[in-house]
Amino acid sequence: MALFSWASHGKLERHSLLLLIGIIIVVAIGGLVEVVPLFYLQNTIEPVTGMRPYTPLELEGRDIYIREGCYLCHSQMIRSLKDDVERYGHYSLAAESMYDHPFQWGSERQGPDLARVGGKYSDGWHRDHLIDPRSVVPESVMPPYRFLAETDLDYRDIEDKLRAMQTVGVPYTNDMIAHAEDDLRAQDDPYASVKGLKSRYGSKVVNRNFGGDPDRITEMDALIAYLQMLGTLVDFSTYHPQDPNNQR
Amino acid sequence: MAVQSTTTDDGWPIEGSIYLLVCVFGALLWAVATAASRDPLFQFQGYIFTAAFVVGGFALLMGLSDGRFKPKPDQYMDGVIKAGVIATLFWGAVGMLVGVVLAAQLSFPRIFYFPDFGFLNFGRLRPLHTSAVIFAFGGNALIATSFYVVQRTCRARLFGEVTPWFVFWGYNLFIVLAGSGYLIGITQSQEYAEPEWVCDLWLAIVWVTYLVVFLGTLWKRKEPHIYVANWFYLSFIVTIAILHVVNNLAVPVNFLNHRSYSVWSGVESALVQWWYGHNAVGFFLTAGFLGMMYYFMPKRAERPIYSYRLSIIHFWALIFIYIWAGPHHLHYTALPQWTQTLGMTFSIMLWMPSWGGMINGLMTLSGAWDKLRTDPVIRMLVVSLAFYGMSTFEGPVMSIRVVNALSHYTDWTIGHVHSGALGWVGFMTLGSIYCIVPWLWRKERLYSNTLVEWHFWIATTGILLYITAMWVAGIMEGLMWREYTPQGFLAYSFAETVSARHVENVVRLVGGGMYLSGVLIMIYNVWRTIRSPQLAIAAQPAPAALPAAATA
Repeated sequence: MALFSWASHGKLERHSLLLLIGIIIVVAIGGLVEVVPLFYLQNTIEPVTGMRPYTPLELEGRDIYIREGCYLCHSQMIRSLKDDVERYGHYSLAAESMYDHPFQWGSERQGPDLARVGGKYSDGWHRDHLIDPRSVVPESVMPPYRFLAETDLDYRDIEDKLRAMQTVGVPYTNDMIAHAEDDLRAQDDPYASVKGLKSRYGSKVVNRNFGGDPDRITEMDALIAYLQMLGTLVDFSTYHPQDPNNQR
Repeated sequence: MAVQSTTTDDGWPIEGSIYLLVCVFGALLWAVATAASRDPLFQFQGYIFTAAFVVGGFALLMGLSDGRFKPKPDQYMDGVIKAGVIATLFWGAVGMLVGVVLAAQLSFPRIFYFPDFGFLNFGRLRPLHTSAVIFAFGGNALIATSFYVVQRTCRARLFGEVTPWFVFWGYNLFIVLAGSGYLIGITQSQEYAEPEWVCDLWLAIVWVTYLVVFLGTLWKRKEPHIYVANWFYLSFIVTIAILHVVNNLAVPVNFLNHRSYSVWSGVESALVQWWYGHNAVGFFLTAGFLGMMYYFMPKRAERPIYSYRLSIIHFWALIFIYIWAGPHHLHYTALPQWTQTLGMTFSIMLWMPSWGGMINGLMTLSGAWDKLRTDPVIRMLVVSLAFYGMSTFEGPVMSIRVVNALSHYTDWTIGHVHSGALGWVGFMTLGSIYCIVPWLWRKERLYSNTLVEWHFWIATTGILLYITAMWVAGIMEGLMWREYTPQGFLAYSFAETVSARHVENVVRLVGGGMYLSGVLIMIYNVWRTIRSPQLAIAAQPAPAALPAAATA
């Protein structure tokens, strides 16, 4: 018995709804098999210590990173290749982007990877580099971002931002949402009391004036605060890559 | 279903009245939302929306009172296609010009960046370039040609009188909102899906309407069989709808703020994005354009499609396999390895159905190969298929893990994309437009075949310069990143790999500039063709015959 005859395809060609349903079934299979298991398999994201949600200032900085299209030239994904690891540090773990809605892995390196740029350079270097990249890296093809230092950060909607993040699954507490504005201001002020900030986001959170202008909170402050925490959260002394639970 | 034939007592089509209500309601809603918002970016888009609904409402009102939307069931609806052709060429020139600017910025950053004009920075222009070329140039071409092809191959007028115009203007409103949004800083950072939730919702509405127009026309068809080009167009429209909705699921910060956060995070977000991203290539830039190929290639060559059976096999194989290929964008990342391997395997398998389409297109020229010599438009279509074959071979090679270890993150990927975009998508679109312009505007021929010759050779040389420069740059960069000194240290700093690519960047700038010049020549040629005297037969031609293989 022939399972298939060419004439039987004629049925699909005469009935647009059959053709439509056929197309939907055929294109659904691959997506379902590949994407859906990731949400259920326990080993998609490895257990690590140190991950926490972004502080309000870092979250605003991340929004500026996205707004300016930084992800188009800078990846945040160190591959498990020898030269990648030696150049940028420990290969990126799934857990490190678990609070990134959406991910910032990137697809292109016109500039270097930034997954572990946090702490590699001083705030002053970042400021100079963002204002005029070629003043510190003559070969650079990066655009200048002087306007970030001249623009006040608009954080009127920061509580709503944290709440939206909470809705999509980031473990922001109601306490964090209620204190979002205070925490944002405190993190950019070296003289502020940061007891609340540290109790909510951990003792490793640093507070200092990131952008260099102590009188105001600019977009530069937020962006540098974000860059300086990238890749610094996970405690790698407790992470064992050879552990069977970490193999995938 | 017969909305277009239903009129009220005073002769106004009900369909038109519905859209009039939509315009009034939309303008009011957006005026209120704009006034209530405190987010300047949201307000900017609100002004555009309000203005669009007001202008659209007035235009519709004038058209309705002129009786311009009276049903004409015995004629094809060509006005919206003409508008689509013009929009395609306009956005093509804009998108390619932005691409040339980007190439100039990477070549001469000290000259082409302006510290006082942050909105012209690379990061803001790049999504404008990709969206303008893929969605504005490619999308308008797909909508226009699909409207043309579905009418001719079904021998039926488009479904609706106002609805196709809503699809055209609605889609172009989306383009304007998205493009201006990137410049002022609205993006959700998912490549090729950068527009934020407001734009995404609008596009979803327009796209479903597009599906309704296309299906509605299929339902009205007088041909018993649905022609193969329409299978491809249909799969493109349906799959893009699914991809768009799933990839853009997000929670807005609040309903008067432009910003939203994706429901997907980290690994899941990466896989959903590249499931979307690779199938934007597979269904927007491949299936849709294969639909174009299956009509314009046989029509122009005046030969039937080579093989009906091959078209069946490669159609189903292509749409089945493409969906799986996304994970090859994520080799050696934190994505579980089984997913990477699955993606790689299907990417290699994808080579065959891709070449099935190329072979079916090329072999259609059997017995008509001499036309390559005399007809530069046929030559453009054939070279388009050749680039399709080349890049669908290069793609599977690059999806192999060890090759990808070298090619990923480098300019090789950029070159690969452009051999597909400039060669396959660009030439298929431009070749089809050269076909369609004399047909639509009822001219005997194009204004100048010599100008088509110039266009063809300048653009082809431009593509070759572009992709060879990117091969050299990409492979060099990949090798430099992994080179070690005899002492075991990394040989090059990252900055050295940037400056090493300067010459290649300049060559790319030249190649891209040549491709843009070709399109400008074409715009002049098309403009002169449209202005040339009409053919004597001004009446609507009888419904066109189908290419022979359709009912085989």
